[in-house]
Amino acid sequence: MRPIEIIALLPIIVALTHPVVLMLAIAIRRHHGLTLTLSLIGYAATLGALIPAAHVAPTKVTPLLTIDGLALYLTALVAIGGAASALFAYGERARGREEREEIYVLLSIAVLGAAVLASSRHFAALFLGLELISVPLFPLIAYSRLRRRAVEAGMKYLVVSGVATSLLLFGIALLYAGVGTLELAGLGRWLAGEGTIASAWAMGGIALIMAGLAMKLSLFPLHWWTPDVYQGAPSPVTGFLATVAKGGVIVVLLRLLLLSNVHQEIPVTVVLVILAVLSMVAGNLLALRQENVKRILAYSSIAHMGYFLVAFLAAGPLAVEAVSFYLAAYFLASLGAFGVVALHAPEGEDIASLRGFYGDHPWLAVTFALMLLSLAGIPLTAGFIGKFYLFAAGVDSARWIAVGALVVSSVIGLFYYLRIISALFIRGDQGEPTVTAVTAGPVLGWVALAVITALLIGLGLYPTPLIGTIHGLWAQTGP
Amino acid sequence: MTAVVIILVLIVGGPLAWLAGRRDGGLARWIALGTLALALLWLFLFWAWAPAAGTVPGQGPWLTDLRLPWIPSFGIGFHFGMDGLSLTLAVLTLFLGMIAVTASWTEIQGRAGFYYLNLLWAVAGVLGVLTALDLFLFFLFWELMLVPMYFLISLWGHGDSNRAAIRFFLFTQGSGLLLLVGILILVYGHQAATGTLTFDYEALRTHTGLSPQLAMWAMLGFFLAFAVKLPALPLHTWLPDAATLAPTGGSIVLTAILDKAPAYGLIRFLYPLFPDATGHLAPAAMALGVAGVVYGGVLAFAQSDIKRLVVYSSISHMGFVLLGVFAWNTLALQGVVMQLIAHGIAAAALFMIAGGIHERLHTLDGDRMAGLWAQVPRLSAMGLLFAMATLGLPGFGNFVAEILILVGTFRGYPVLTLVAVLGMITTTVYALVLVQRAFHGSPRQAEAGRDYGVREGLAMAVMTVLIVWLGLYPQPVFHAAAPALAALGPAVTPMGGG
Repeated sequence: MRPIEIIALLPIIVALTHPVVLMLAIAIRRHHGLTLTLSLIGYAATLGALIPAAHVAPTKVTPLLTIDGLALYLTALVAIGGAASALFAYGERARGREEREEIYVLLSIAVLGAAVLASSRHFAALFLGLELISVPLFPLIAYSRLRRRAVEAGMKYLVVSGVATSLLLFGIALLYAGVGTLELAGLGRWLAGEGTIASAWAMGGIALIMAGLAMKLSLFPLHWWTPDVYQGAPSPVTGFLATVAKGGVIVVLLRLLLLSNVHQEIPVTVVLVILAVLSMVAGNLLALRQENVKRILAYSSIAHMGYFLVAFLAAGPLAVEAVSFYLAAYFLASLGAFGVVALHAPEGEDIASLRGFYGDHPWLAVTFALMLLSLAGIPLTAGFIGKFYLFAAGVDSARWIAVGALVVSSVIGLFYYLRIISALFIRGDQGEPTVTAVTAGPVLGWVALAVITALLIGLGLYPTPLIGTIHGLWAQTGP
Repeated sequence: MTAVVIILVLIVGGPLAWLAGRRDGGLARWIALGTLALALLWLFLFWAWAPAAGTVPGQGPWLTDLRLPWIPSFGIGFHFGMDGLSLTLAVLTLFLGMIAVTASWTEIQGRAGFYYLNLLWAVAGVLGVLTALDLFLFFLFWELMLVPMYFLISLWGHGDSNRAAIRFFLFTQGSGLLLLVGILILVYGHQAATGTLTFDYEALRTHTGLSPQLAMWAMLGFFLAFAVKLPALPLHTWLPDAATLAPTGGSIVLTAILDKAPAYGLIRFLYPLFPDATGHLAPAAMALGVAGVVYGGVLAFAQSDIKRLVVYSSISHMGFVLLGVFAWNTLALQGVVMQLIAHGIAAAALFMIAGGIHERLHTLDGDRMAGLWAQVPRLSAMGLLFAMATLGLPGFGNFVAEILILVGTFRGYPVLTLVAVLGMITTTVYALVLVQRAFHGSPRQAEAGRDYGVREGLAMAVMTVLIVWLGLYPQPVFHAAAPALAALGPAVTPMGGG
């Protein structure tokens, strides 16, 4: 291995060292605060390792991985997402008496998985990355093992993940039978040579792979597990699941489409449009009837995955830009929203329990409202620029059906965001003041929330630096 | 520069009012009033000393022009500018903002700081729409004013105001997204034709390069957004509940201030950007306008709730605006500008009077009150005066406005004009019914409380002076708006534009 490859691989190496160090530390001394500190240092080191890696990108490392702009960008996002989730988990777990330290180990393994997934240029690496994300998520979701819902959610995710994995593996096998290579770019070369997908093996393989990834992304109609799992998992883990786990899959799907150009094939295009429209409309419609905030956010994330597909459909650089920017906006808003739910958790997760929230916790309520407004795409938040990108991508590529569905579903989506916001700001009728003791745990969570909010507003007001970075990525994105 | 300064003053004033309101609600309203007065003063000074349009090199037809790069990769600039049209409407917006604060003075008790924050930011959003010369920036402000308006209706409204507020938000947001699609079609069409990606109004105006079909779709996106917000028939269904259930200040912001934004958008963007497509739409749009005039008038007549009556009368007045804009000649456009000003003042005054009645009688049902004149003569006199103004009696601004629109329309569309004139008659009827019901006869209510004091009296006096002045000597408004309107390139009517 050449030195340049080691430098390029540095973020992944650091991310790999991170859980090992945490495990050793726990083995030596079990201490909640110490574990969190080490974990935060680990994420900071991963972020730091991105700087030398960016100088040598794009670099292919082994036949499996490619470290390019896109991979580094997602690694940065997931490291930030992991750190935020760890801080929220600390705030939430500070109250409990279960074993708390392992949560940070599991989170860091999943972050490693997302980084591998985003860097993969080979189906083997894709599979490894996906499993590295999924396996730690089983115990993470069922972490509060004394709560029935948590165990149920963990089991559900285990089964769904198993099915998705087997679909994916079978698809990869079929594809190999048809194409004869497992490189993502090899699929593109084969397609360019063939002109069209005539081979039934390859076609079936692509269909199964797409189904497997769609299940992971919870695209309609493979979304059914999402609300239960989101509701059952501890809130910091739900935020992690909605962002880090999804983000890796989104980037690998984007890379697959870019390298193989498979989305230019008519049948694939049609399927993608249908999945996008159904996910947007159905996700938002199903959210309307929910009372539990986490379930609402689960359905809303289904709709957001549909939004991402709209950006995928626009070919070329604008698609990468739109996906990259929307990823950042979605990460911030989702992490923030679940963060508020995590810090608020003892007071309940139903909309009704949020009534008059503004009166008790004005800053937390304003933060929550901002996160929801960003998810809805209202100005002065990052979500607005993200929504703008989606529309620009859709209009530029003249995907009118998808644009129309985007308009309709955005309006539907706004309705349930407003329902929550109304509840937050309405004057509480009960008149029973809820006093939350300020402990060290939530304070760290509040700091994380404040940083997320600042980024959310900052990107909404002046997105140019991030857009510039994303432009740089496109230049560094290679096979 | 001026445009950014006044917007910034309001944006900063909002949180100040909020922080002050956490300690003392009374202080919050003074801060809100002071902020608006400061911005208005700045604008007056600017008006007095600004060099005439076209005399400063490099700023084209604008009185003030500020360009800063913002999102260069999309060709989006931080571009604000004002001409006579935006300046006139901005002055009016700030003035009506002060009226809205005055009208909320005693009505808003709970969370006053947050209330004034929302009020100031809604006004700031409208000012942004009036001065943005970059289509992205325009869209941003267009969306931005929705959130504070939503809170104003939802949190301080009466009855089921939350539902009405959500309906308002969904209607305007949905149509706003159509506006975004329209803007993007225009921008990417421009890029395909010229190779440059830009959201700048002036660049897009000089060359749109859209096929007629795409131009039609893009124009419809713009038109629908403006028509919903105006509101024009049949997209008005969100307004009556939202404006009736809102607190008095919220009703003023919603009907007298926020409707400047779509009217301005119709004038600024529709014909200048899509001359042919808009020409095709004109007969249909004018028919909708006339339908609005008649429908609003008839429904106003059928209302017993005073506030609802004012709401329907403003639907009727906005019908005139639609009629005048699509006639697209200088005479009708002068009328439209005058109508926006006169309707703004009259509607604000009537909402304030309705709010005053509600505060005193705790009802707005016209059937449950009578003989107010005997109990609160000053309030009732003002009610009579502004009812006369709104029905378009000569001597008030509304009369000048409607006559100009009708004369401007008559040459091209005599039949539509005649129908609109008939619609005006219903206006007379409902205005008289209002006066008859509420103010005359023998008092039905035991006690009507105190009459107008200094605060309300002063606000009413200023509005009275303004509306009479506009009716007797409208020349200054025409003078300010004429060059701006001429620059948009409407047909010049033989009678000239004032």
